[in-house]
Amino acid sequence: MAVSFKLNGKPVTLEVDPEMPLLWAVREFAGLTGTKFGCGMAQCGACTMHVEGQPTRSCSMAVGDVEGQSVTTIEGLSGKAATAVQAAWENIQVPQCGYCQSGQIMSAVALLEQTPKPNDEDINAAMSGNICRCATYVRIRAAIHSASDMMEG
Amino acid sequence: MPLDQNSPHDESLGASPGVSNVSRRGLLKGIVAVGGLVLAARILPPGPSVAQTAAYGAAAMPHGTVNAPSAFISIGKDGIVTIVCHRSEMGQGVRTGMPQIVADELEADWNKVRVVNATGDEEKYGNQDTDGSRSTRHFMKPMREAGAAARSMLEMTAAKRWGVEPGEVEARNHEIVHKASGRKFGYGELAEEAASLEVPANDELRLKTPDQFRYIGKGLPLADGFDISVGKAKYGFDTWMEGMKYAVVARPPVFGGKVVSVDDSEALKIPGVEKIVRIEGTPAPAKFQPLGGVAVIASNTWAAMKGRDALKITWDDGPHKSYDSEAFRQQMLETARKPAKVVRDDGDAETELGKAAKKIEAEYYLPHLAQAPMEPPAATTRIVDGKCEVWSCVQAPQVTRTDIAEKLGMKLEDVTVHVTLLGGGFGRKSKPDFAIESAILSKEMGGAPVKLLWTREDDIRHGYYHTVSAERIDAGLDANGKVTAWRHRSVAPTITSIFMPDTKHQGAFELGMGLVDVPFDIPNLRCENGEAEAHARIGWFRSVSNIPHAFAIQSFVAELAAAAGKDQKDFLLELLGPPRVAELKSLDTLWNYGESTKVYPVDVGRLRHVVELVADKAGWGRQVPKGHGLGIAAHRSFVTYVATVVETAVAEDGTLTIPRVDVAIDCGNVVNPERIRAQVEGACIMGLSLALSSEISFKDGRVVQGNYDDYLVARIDQAPREINVHIVPSNWDLAPGGVGEPGVPPFAPALTNAIFAATGKRIRTLPIGDQLKA
Repeated sequence: MAVSFKLNGKPVTLEVDPEMPLLWAVREFAGLTGTKFGCGMAQCGACTMHVEGQPTRSCSMAVGDVEGQSVTTIEGLSGKAATAVQAAWENIQVPQCGYCQSGQIMSAVALLEQTPKPNDEDINAAMSGNICRCATYVRIRAAIHSASDMMEG
Repeated sequence: MPLDQNSPHDESLGASPGVSNVSRRGLLKGIVAVGGLVLAARILPPGPSVAQTAAYGAAAMPHGTVNAPSAFISIGKDGIVTIVCHRSEMGQGVRTGMPQIVADELEADWNKVRVVNATGDEEKYGNQDTDGSRSTRHFMKPMREAGAAARSMLEMTAAKRWGVEPGEVEARNHEIVHKASGRKFGYGELAEEAASLEVPANDELRLKTPDQFRYIGKGLPLADGFDISVGKAKYGFDTWMEGMKYAVVARPPVFGGKVVSVDDSEALKIPGVEKIVRIEGTPAPAKFQPLGGVAVIASNTWAAMKGRDALKITWDDGPHKSYDSEAFRQQMLETARKPAKVVRDDGDAETELGKAAKKIEAEYYLPHLAQAPMEPPAATTRIVDGKCEVWSCVQAPQVTRTDIAEKLGMKLEDVTVHVTLLGGGFGRKSKPDFAIESAILSKEMGGAPVKLLWTREDDIRHGYYHTVSAERIDAGLDANGKVTAWRHRSVAPTITSIFMPDTKHQGAFELGMGLVDVPFDIPNLRCENGEAEAHARIGWFRSVSNIPHAFAIQSFVAELAAAAGKDQKDFLLELLGPPRVAELKSLDTLWNYGESTKVYPVDVGRLRHVVELVADKAGWGRQVPKGHGLGIAAHRSFVTYVATVVETAVAEDGTLTIPRVDVAIDCGNVVNPERIRAQVEGACIMGLSLALSSEISFKDGRVVQGNYDDYLVARIDQAPREINVHIVPSNWDLAPGGVGEPGVPPFAPALTNAIFAATGKRIRTLPIGDQLKA
């Protein structure tokens, strides 16, 4: 069976079981490994992609459900918020091991696209689905504020 | 800096560095017989006489240290310097810090430095076990020497070409300059000739003085920061190669269990499932070997998982099937109420306790924990033409290599272990059972590449758990509230049990993590260690036994302070006594993190200093709003001194928040202050997780929890609003201390002491869970 959708702006057709989670389809059939596996049950956010612009836990969404839709992964991020977030992540040296950070960045970009001036509560609400076991949370908050400032400037 | 992952992804296949030709099989067999190479140093450290005479603990590690510049540094004709990082990167920043040290002494331009990770090869690189907070501690000196030696070779080459004395030339930012004439050679122009020179002896090296450092002491950005931010960083989970198969394993639900029978007919019907393989379990001791079970090998991960779900397996649960955490807790607390093996005995604590004007006792309990790194264990192995190659997120590539060679019956030189980035480690990935599984499965598939993945449930249910402990402390106070006697009984299954299954006492390396090395100025001080049997695999977890020991001791100090009507911080300082090198009298078991007490004494002055520093920075004693409280704790671990002040706020409904944390850390000297800050921030929140909510419990021998929905770790909304890390400035007369772990132990007691200050409620059992809501 095949599923067709737009991946990082390009049309793709993957020969996969439509029930396969989007995460595994993208990692193993489209060859993009920037999106990570962490829990398999939408608990940790490591697998966050944007589906039609919405942050989505790709471990718990069937690839068949994105038929015809637009999917963005960390490799395909672009735009003002993405540029600001990725720069802030480097400037503030957010990552430690880095494994969860693509998911963190995807969630942060989605937050800033919808709420360009978030306060700490907005950040906590938008980011609490993304676990970081190295616990870079204090820097994540700071980096989101910094990215928000960059977008303004 | 770009990243060479040694990952087989795309074109980098086959680009692996060479493998040592030296066979050590005879030697290894002798050591493996007592439980694996790592055992020699980590579990059964040399007696104090050896440790005391070694200049650094590094010398006592398997294969010690290497400072040969040829092993670590290569310079291309284009001047690009490639530095080998032989320690595993798991978020601690070692791929930034180690090259920073080398590049500084080499006088290299940081923009022309590249980093590659070493394969597992300790003869070439020295010890590679990335644990014990010792990468910088053990390798600062060898890395400085390697960089200085290479710099000296470049200088000599240039001097020879110009026909001048070596003293007339000087290395300056990737160039050798003739000082008088200003003539220059770039490193790339000199490299080939320089490499043919003899490496200067250590005593001929001209190491920089600290004021000459350009990179050491600076918060240089992460080597892999850019790759991480764009999703290009490659971890063990991300290995890919042509024709690769994917595998998951159904493991015995109870430790020590076995497969009785398996019906795989439904599993084999799943499209993509290719083969079902039984993996033999490992009779005790567990060591780093696979638990056994049934593997499903498929053309993709999803198919492998579905195949595993479809297996019908009958298990024999084996000897640990009735392990029950609640019953075990009662048993351990009972043990802690009775006299036990004495492991330190100053003065006469028993008699003085009997005579004391006031007696206070308390019992503490801390559960098992799982490291739960965000990247679960993963490894890919292929075997081609008699050569086995493994790509994995391992903390100990060398023992991975020896164990796989042993398991496959191959020569050591025919096994290469490539270290990917680790998506967190925290001790879990020191044990390469998962890499051995992948090698077994590749062999079963005729050498085809097999990527073996652990799901989160596998990680939570089949781990090497942080021990579970009961700690009881009894103290006697005189009429003035001064502590005259202290008796601490610690009961916890030991990590040694994975090597010697009947071991029921903690090893010296566990007792030395905060129990027998407590540096209090109390004349009558006794430590005892009660028996506890292990019913699960026990393993290292970031800061290890320091967690229960520090929690009990630092909580109890605050309890005593409250009983004596004194300030927590003042009382802590009073117990520590005057600044001095603590003479720990009954210390034939003192481990001291494998280090000499001459180089790394237990320096009470430094511990006092971090207490005073953090109290000052945190505004100790300041007025806090209603419902808020301040708590303090201090602990020396991994030869580094840390004191933590937590401000907590407890709402009427018991909801807890943390407005502010201050930490003072004295790790001797500083390579990268940003990495130190980051490690301390992370350590605090790992301490927060275990204080608030993390618990692994067993029922009928099975782990109750399974994923992040019931094994709870801290999320951003629980994280402190601010964490201020105060680093004691470098003292280059001191040897470097550890950084990755020492921030963890003081956090939980500082928090529970703050909760007591805020609410009057004393937490003696972790996690806190809903105790504040009761």
